[in-house]
Amino acid sequence: MTMTSSETKSDRISGTRLGYRFNIIGMVGLSVILLWVLIAIFAPLIIPYPVGEIVDLDYFGPMSRDFWLGSDYLGRDMLSRILMGARYTVGISLAAVTIACFSGVMLGMIAAVAGGWLDTVLSRFLDALSSIPSKLFGLVIVAAVGSSIPVLILTLSVIYIPGAYRFARALAVNINAMDFITVARIRGESTLYLIRSEILPNIVGPVLADLGIRFVFIVLLLSGLSFLGLGVQPPYADWGALVRENIGGLPFGAPAVMAPSFAIASLTISVNLLIDNLPKKIRDRSE
Amino acid sequence: MVNLVEIRDLKVEATTDSGRRVEIINGVSFDIAEGEIVALIGESGSGKTTIALTLMGHARPGCRISGGSVSVAGKDMVTLSEKQRARVRGTEVTYVPQSAAAAFNPAATIMDQVIEVTRIHGLMSADEARLRAVELFRALSLPEPETIGTRYPHQVSGGQLQRLSAAMALIGDPKLVIFDEPTTALDVTTQIEVLRAFKSVMKKGGIAGVYVSHDLAVVAQIADRIVVLKGGETKEIGTTKEILDGAKHPYTRELLAAFEPKPRGAAGAAESGPAPLLEIENLVAGYGQAQADGLPLVRAVEHVSLKVEKGRNLGIIGESGCGKSTLARTIAGILPAAVGTIVFDGKELGRSAHARSRDELREMQIVFQYADTALNPAKSVEEILARPLAFYHGMNAKARSARIDELLDMVRLPRNLRHRRPGELSGGQKQRVNFARALAAEPKLILCDEITSALDTVVAAAVIDLLKELQRELGLSYIFISHDLSVVEAICDEIVVMYGGRKVEEITPAKVKTPQHPYSQLLFSSVPRLDPTWLDGLEQDPELVRAYCRR
Repeated sequence: MTMTSSETKSDRISGTRLGYRFNIIGMVGLSVILLWVLIAIFAPLIIPYPVGEIVDLDYFGPMSRDFWLGSDYLGRDMLSRILMGARYTVGISLAAVTIACFSGVMLGMIAAVAGGWLDTVLSRFLDALSSIPSKLFGLVIVAAVGSSIPVLILTLSVIYIPGAYRFARALAVNINAMDFITVARIRGESTLYLIRSEILPNIVGPVLADLGIRFVFIVLLLSGLSFLGLGVQPPYADWGALVRENIGGLPFGAPAVMAPSFAIASLTISVNLLIDNLPKKIRDRSE
Repeated sequence: MVNLVEIRDLKVEATTDSGRRVEIINGVSFDIAEGEIVALIGESGSGKTTIALTLMGHARPGCRISGGSVSVAGKDMVTLSEKQRARVRGTEVTYVPQSAAAAFNPAATIMDQVIEVTRIHGLMSADEARLRAVELFRALSLPEPETIGTRYPHQVSGGQLQRLSAAMALIGDPKLVIFDEPTTALDVTTQIEVLRAFKSVMKKGGIAGVYVSHDLAVVAQIADRIVVLKGGETKEIGTTKEILDGAKHPYTRELLAAFEPKPRGAAGAAESGPAPLLEIENLVAGYGQAQADGLPLVRAVEHVSLKVEKGRNLGIIGESGCGKSTLARTIAGILPAAVGTIVFDGKELGRSAHARSRDELREMQIVFQYADTALNPAKSVEEILARPLAFYHGMNAKARSARIDELLDMVRLPRNLRHRRPGELSGGQKQRVNFARALAAEPKLILCDEITSALDTVVAAAVIDLLKELQRELGLSYIFISHDLSVVEAICDEIVVMYGGRKVEEITPAKVKTPQHPYSQLLFSSVPRLDPTWLDGLEQDPELVRAYCRR
């Protein structure tokens, strides 16, 4: 889904001539995301040094010709660690946010359209789920099944499904009350058609905006889990973990703590810029 | 004598989202003398409300007054500063909105809101204001004028609320009151009382008024002069009598013609076919939890039976809340009936739409009142019409496309409209798309739920003509639900009058002049006529009014 979503976006750009308007801010956001995605894919080929190897003589080394972003608290190359970290942050977070929003929105729409006991059962179950503190929930899962990337992705998605569900259900309930839904219902349409063709197109804007915010939350929570040692396991590290392990370098103004922070900021800001500036179909056509 | 209001060459323009500028009002000029009521009449989008609002120096968001002058009592509202305008509003010029229910704050008592104007402008003490308000309540013939002010807005009826909003407008002793379609949302039986109250108060106080409406018959009762607008330009200005008797402009004549009831050519005697198309027996439906006897808590339809013959039309008429829309929803299976049978084309139908087969659903289509909410705003006209074709008839893309062209032709819409979305269509166009979608299913019966209520008279008349024509071509039957007698008269072979969820009378249009049931008599006599003396000459049995009107 991460790949397909960026693909559909890219052919929307090419659709500029086909009546779409895509403004420059959205394009900048999209390029930054694509850049990080490419880095994540090709990281093993472009990192100058192995991730786990201590290569610098000094710790918290400054930027230099050999170490473009300095070195970390053990003297490992920061650039390599950030490039490799992109795999975890971009991959895990995008995968988790996609799963969370997809399931949450689907369930939300189903609950709104089906109503009745299904709605009640789903809502109460997900309410119960959201009452468990997220970090504690992660702790329990990791303690039970051990830390691996699929487990992390699933844990993060489960934590964020109730929010996406609530949001989508609230939107869908409003749309569900409209007459065109009634028309489709008495035409004999199935629930699947109703949610896919009648409801989804009308809530997709707010849902995408919500996805942007949720993505940021997941990046932050992933960093938090890594801090507790539940996230990505050493010697690998996601960007949040990089900030945390090098936090001791802050008094020295070490690039080791700044660089991953900038990486997180660039990704999260770009995602939100893109979502706020998705390509729009030009409505005022003079035919 | 200098006129109270002088509008000269008024221009209002709006900016669209693509930065294009559109002239909404294009050089309108007219005058209003002291104590005169001038009506602005025209279809929706003709700029009548926009002009009325400029009298308070207000332009709606996105619009601005780009030229001309609007002089009210010697002040040019266009050039005044916002602060000076605020001083004029509520004291010299006041406004009665279309929906009083939306204009009142549900959390404050009526009295507090009515006298708020005097407090803001420091006109009189609160006690004086209250006395004055009670006087106004009495003048507007509101029930219990002494105590009605202590109630909250939800505790009075719609017609009362509309009169209370007039009291709010009149308390500051204005020179000019703007009425923005104040009776459009009311039932005909209620409308009479409200119109009478407005008229007497305005005449007594010698207050000038601007009455915005698209209903010529209502305007004929209250206005001294009529300004006919179309597309932001004045088409004709004249006294009410001149306009009604000797309209010169073709558009005015069109407006008047839309009023003439065009009785349906007597559709030959009912075919003595084997069975009626639709037969409903003893239907009960409603809302809320089922009670011990299996009936719903609130019953909106009670023991209604009716019959529709093939190729003939049935009209259902009644005021809002009489259960006519619920009846349509019950027939369509949206709201399952609690008791009763629905036999359609010889087969008994399931009570809920779920229990009906795809073909049964296809043969009975429903068209809703609000075309805006009945069309998915995210889809193009093409997609909306293509779905029933694919769903019921399994057509491929090419056959669908050809059929969509045919359907658009049938409902008299240009073919290039198919790529537009509902938001880009006018009200009449939307209702036609709505209708085309029902036709796409190739039904035998179409339930039309107030389909012309949201439309202007001219557009509504065109839609009715279209329905008649389609009936001739396709042999459809309609159930036509409306609160507007003239519409029902124009298209139906039989008329059912409903009151309080029950069928009170069943008549034919030929006998509409002589209804038997007292409620029908009251309802039919309440429909405004194009005669300016109608309201003053109208006498209704007060006993009847008390029995049937929740004024």
